[in-house]
Amino acid sequence: MTLDATSLQVVKATDRRLKRAERSKLASFGLHAALITASVIAVFPVFWVLVTSFKPDAKAVETTPKLFNESSLDNYGRILDGEKGDFLSWFGNSVLIALLTTVIAVFLSATTGYAASRFRFPGKRSLMWMFLVVQMFPFAVLIVPLYNILLTLGLQGLSIGLVLVYCTTAVPFCTYMLKGYFDTIPSDIDEAGRVDGLSPFGVFWRLIMPLAKPGLAVTSFYAFLTAWGEVAFASAFLSAADESKTLAVGLQVFVQQNRTEWGHLAAASILVAIPAVIVFYLVQRFLVTGLSSGAVKG
Amino acid sequence: MRRFLERHWYAYAMVLPVVVVIAVLVLYPLAQGVFFTFTNINEANIANPVLDRPATYEGVGFKNYLNVLSGDASYGAFWGTLVRTLIWTFGCVFFHYTIGLGLALLLNRQVKGRTLYRVLLILPWAVPAFISAFAWKYMFNAQYGIINQFLRSLGLPDPVWLGQSNWALLAVIIVNVWLGVPFQMVALLGGLQSIPGDLYEAAEVDGATPWQRFVHVTLPGLRSVSSTVILLGIIWTFNMFPVIYLIAGPNPNTRILVTYAFERFFSGASRDYAIASTYGVLILSVLLVFATVYRRALRSQGEVW
Repeated sequence: MTLDATSLQVVKATDRRLKRAERSKLASFGLHAALITASVIAVFPVFWVLVTSFKPDAKAVETTPKLFNESSLDNYGRILDGEKGDFLSWFGNSVLIALLTTVIAVFLSATTGYAASRFRFPGKRSLMWMFLVVQMFPFAVLIVPLYNILLTLGLQGLSIGLVLVYCTTAVPFCTYMLKGYFDTIPSDIDEAGRVDGLSPFGVFWRLIMPLAKPGLAVTSFYAFLTAWGEVAFASAFLSAADESKTLAVGLQVFVQQNRTEWGHLAAASILVAIPAVIVFYLVQRFLVTGLSSGAVKG
Repeated sequence: MRRFLERHWYAYAMVLPVVVVIAVLVLYPLAQGVFFTFTNINEANIANPVLDRPATYEGVGFKNYLNVLSGDASYGAFWGTLVRTLIWTFGCVFFHYTIGLGLALLLNRQVKGRTLYRVLLILPWAVPAFISAFAWKYMFNAQYGIINQFLRSLGLPDPVWLGQSNWALLAVIIVNVWLGVPFQMVALLGGLQSIPGDLYEAAEVDGATPWQRFVHVTLPGLRSVSSTVILLGIIWTFNMFPVIYLIAGPNPNTRILVTYAFERFFSGASRDYAIASTYGVLILSVLLVFATVYRRALRSQGEVW
C-alpha cells in the first residue's frame, strides 16, 4: 500500500508546476482508494457483529448470510434480562475491575515514569530493563505461583487480586510511554516550581500531571483495555460463581462445544464493546501525540 | 549512606510501589515457577489448602527439560512448535509494521477526512480482543461465514479455514494482523510527525525523488520509534495467546509455545504444571536472548537505549 501511493508520485514530467497539479489528482485518488479499502477492512468485522446481533440464533447460521433476517432487538432484551446468565453482574464486575486497574496503573506508572524521566538514580537502567523483561513473561509460568500468592494474601477470588495482576501487565508499558511523554515537557518548568517552593512531589502533582494529559489519556486507554478484555487470568482466578465472572469469562457460555448462539453472542459483544469504544473515542485525539512521544524515546 | 538517601529518596519513593508490586507478583512467582520446572508437580500432588492437603510432588532434576527438548510429540513437539511460533511471530510483525507504516504515511498527508479515517483505522484496537476473536471465528466459518460466501461469489475456492490444516494458521495470522496494525500505525504516525519538515524541503531542493526522500529522510527519522515498536511487537506476538486460543482452540496446526503451555496447564485430567512451567521458562529464555541481541545490535549502531 505504501508503494502504491509513493510510486504514484514518481510521475516524470518536465514542468514542475504541472507535475504537482497532475500528481495531486492521481495521487489523491490512489490515496483515498487505499484509505477507504483499509477502513472498510478495519470496520467490517465490527459492522458484521452489529448486523448479526439483531438476528435470531437460527438465522445467524444460514448458508447465505443476509444483512437483515428477521432482525429485532430480542437478543438484547433477553441478555439484559439475565436469561442467558447474569450479564449485568458480569458487566458491573468488569467495569469495577477495569476502572480500578486504570486508576492504579496510571498512578503508579506516572510516578515511576516521572522519576525515570527526571531523576538520575542508581538502578534506573536496570529498572527500565526489568520493565521490558516483565512483558516477556508468559503467564503459564506465573499462574500457579500467582494463585498461591493471592491465596496467601487472602486476595484469591477477589476483584482486587485480579486488579493487581492486571497492573503488573499494564504498568511496565504505561511507564515507558509516560516516561517518554514526561521527557518532552521541559524541565525548566520543574525548576521554576522548585524555586517557588514546591516539593518534588508538588511539582509532579500540580505542574507536570496537568501538562501530561495526552500521555495520561493514552495510558488510561491502554490500562482500561488490558483489564477489560483479559480472558486467561480472569478465568483462572475468579471464583466459578456466575455473579462474580467478568464479561470476558461470562461470554464463553454462548460458545458451546457444538453449537454457538451467534445471535446472542453478537448482541452481548456489542454491549461489551460500547464502553471500550466510548473510552476510545474520548482519548483518540490524544493517541497520536501521547503514544508517539513514549515510543520515540523508548 | 545518609547522603545517598537524602539525594535520592524521592526518586526511590516514587519508584518503590511499582517495584514492590512487581517483585511480589512477578519476580517471586517467577522464581517459584522456575523451581516447579525441576519437579513433577501437577494437580494431583500440589498442596491444596482448600482440601487441607500437603504437597507431595518431588524433584526430578532436568527431566522436564530433557523431555521437552527431545521434541517428543507427547511433550508438544517442541522444535516444530518453536518453528511455527517463529513463523507466526515474524509473519505477524512483518505485516503489522509494513501495513502500519503504509497507513501512517497515507494519514500523514493532507487528505480530506483525515480524522475520520484515523478513527476508523484505529477501531480494531478499541474493540476488546476476545470480541474480535469471536467475530472473526464467525466470519471464518466454512459454512455460514461471510468470508467464504464472498470467495464463492468471486468463484474462488472456499477452504475450511479453521479445520486441521495450515489454513487455520493463516486465518489466525490474518486476525492478529488486523488486530495489531492500529498500534503500529499510531506509533509510526507520531514518529512521522516528529520528523522536521525542513529536512524534506532540503531534500527536495537537492533534487531527491520521493523514493529517495522516503529512504533517506523518512526511514532514518523513524529509526528509534521503529526499533521500539518492532521489539515490543515481537515480544507481544510471541506470547499472544487469546487470539489463537479463542479462534482455533487446541488445534495442533495453530499451536505455538504459549498456547501449548496453556493446554498443558488447563486441559487434560492431570493438569501438568511442571511441563507448563518448563515451557514458560523456555519461552522466557528465547525472548531474553532475542532482546539482548537486539539491544546489543541497536547499541552498536549508536542507539542509546
